Amino acid sequence: MELIQQLINGVSLGSIYALIALGYTMVYGIVKLINFAHGDVFMVGSFVGFYSITVLDLSFVPALLISMTVCALFGVLIERIAYKPLRNATRIAALITAIGVSLLIEYGFIYVRGAQPEAYPSDVLPTDKFNIFGVSINSQSVLIFGVAVVLMIILQIIVHKTKIGKAMRAVSFDADAAKLMGINVNNTISATFAIGSALAGAAGVIFGIYYIKIEPLMGVLPGLKAFVAAVLGGIGIIPGAMVGGLLLGVIEALVSAAGYSLWRDAVAFIVLILILIFMPQGLFGKNKKEKV
Amino acid sequence: MKKKKLAGAFLSLTLAAGVLAGCSGGSGSSEKSSGEGETIKIGVNLELSGGVASYGQSIAEGLELATAEINKEGIDGKKIKLIKVDNKSEASEATSGAIKLTSQDQVTAIVGAATSTNTIAQVQIAQDNKVPVISPSGTSPEITYKDDKLNDYIFRTSFIDPFQGTVAANFATSEVKAKSAAIYIDSASDYSKGLAAAFKEQFIANGGKIVREEAYIAKDTDFRSTLTRLKSAKPDFIFLPGYYEEAGLIVKQARETGLDVPFMGGDGWDSPKLIEIAGAKALNNTFITNHYSSGDPDEKIQNFVSAFKAKYKDKSPDAFNALGYDTGYYLADAIKRAGSTDSEKIKDALEKTKDLELVTGTFTLDEKHNPIKSATILEFKDGKQVFNTKINPE
Repeated sequence: MELIQQLINGVSLGSIYALIALGYTMVYGIVKLINFAHGDVFMVGSFVGFYSITVLDLSFVPALLISMTVCALFGVLIERIAYKPLRNATRIAALITAIGVSLLIEYGFIYVRGAQPEAYPSDVLPTDKFNIFGVSINSQSVLIFGVAVVLMIILQIIVHKTKIGKAMRAVSFDADAAKLMGINVNNTISATFAIGSALAGAAGVIFGIYYIKIEPLMGVLPGLKAFVAAVLGGIGIIPGAMVGGLLLGVIEALVSAAGYSLWRDAVAFIVLILILIFMPQGLFGKNKKEKV
Repeated sequence: MKKKKLAGAFLSLTLAAGVLAGCSGGSGSSEKSSGEGETIKIGVNLELSGGVASYGQSIAEGLELATAEINKEGIDGKKIKLIKVDNKSEASEATSGAIKLTSQDQVTAIVGAATSTNTIAQVQIAQDNKVPVISPSGTSPEITYKDDKLNDYIFRTSFIDPFQGTVAANFATSEVKAKSAAIYIDSASDYSKGLAAAFKEQFIANGGKIVREEAYIAKDTDFRSTLTRLKSAKPDFIFLPGYYEEAGLIVKQARETGLDVPFMGGDGWDSPKLIEIAGAKALNNTFITNHYSSGDPDEKIQNFVSAFKAKYKDKSPDAFNALGYDTGYYLADAIKRAGSTDSEKIKDALEKTKDLELVTGTFTLDEKHNPIKSATILEFKDGKQVFNTKINPE
């Protein structure tokens, strides 16, 4: 029973990693950039949701939509200002810029509103507790998992069934060839950032509702863990990010369940190292040689 | 070399400030003499922002109230001037704040920091520059006494960790009638470890059994896995000596996991944010040891409460407000008895504090610079702290 309870704990945590990991993976898939500012977009999304609920007095769904919209715009803004001028620069330059943007958002945010934490109101969503065979399931964890799955399905539809999705896949495959075929590469990249950031915003609101406490540096660790999840699933591959996120959440829950709670964060990064050594393409990745 | 220069500069300034009492070695400087005699500069090194900002801000409010009251008459005609630095709840910032206050502002004494970790970060600076530091709420024993050595320039207004842990253990045994307990600590905090060690010792001495010990790291947000593990050990009582951010999340998640036993923490829980984070309902059946309660009927306490409410728009003072306030009077009393603003004499006077009546209890200093005073136990009922009982030192 305890094990099942722990698996449920892990899946709720993993759903949040998965939502953040989706954004990492999409951006990486299309511009081969690890967008380290992604965790901070998640933080901004969480605060936008918080202010929508407390100041504008909105309920869950409108708050979620506002947060996703604001984050989408914010993501595009970051891409246009910070990454676009570096599109043809070396990858290390873009990577360092991403770290710079991340720190700028974190400390810029602290400068503007201060570093004190904020608490989400506890009555945004009902918190019923089900008991099934001695396993207690919180209605919120079911909802989190549900929202994550629904968003991922929508994402799959966008990527595989729409025109913009087709453009994304084309740009991801070969940006120059896509351009020759008349695809607006800049707009496509912006759209990718918008969608990825919107997912991070959704994750931010869900995180706030589930874990209550939010603060300006809250995005750092979940951001890094989501990065691990994306690599675990195979960076650039959308279902991989989802599975990687859930798997990482479960691994963390099991590590704590075994009594090594202090090792939990370390284990997440040990997973990263092991994956990079033994399976650099990730669980879902195709094994293709990259010419350097 | 640099340190010597600093200390020399400091000594000459205090001498120049009209203290001259037969000290040797400070000859040579007499600038800044006029005007300095009117004010006593007190440094304030507090957590005004960051993770535990609410402690620092509360202490600052209490201290400002005390300063305003003291300045009505002054101490031997001199007025206290507070010079504040924000250590952002980080140890490295606390150290640089102490350096700034001692070298640049050349203060007579420093009040702060709120947490033990940030106070320990100032110890070396205070000892080197011979400036007394009073931590209003740092409760780790190591602040004043470590490795069989007394940090003679470091003082505190609060009681120490072992006392809070011991009180909690006695409360668990005698009031809650707990036979088994679990301990869940913040492994990044000296404070949390200190309380846990004292609790464990006393609880076992009372005939109880510690069934499980778990740890988390400050800033964690997901505790469900560990709480599920704690639940399976079936303790009667859980001691959770952490700070309010994590304590709030832990209590909330514990109740969601179906862990309904009493939780108890120390003064680190004392913040309005705790109730916001955990929710009023989850906090029922939880207790804290604290320095004081505004619901205590004692006359001195009620006078303080009404003065505080008058100054801060009807806000009811918390324990950190009270400790900040008491620290102001503790220091003022010592400066008065020292009859000077010489740091060394103030240090001696602080050491000799005896039966000083303050809001958080009548206190006398022991040889390890720890006040001997009473502790209050509060219970959370529907989001309100209710005075439960008061436990005096033996």
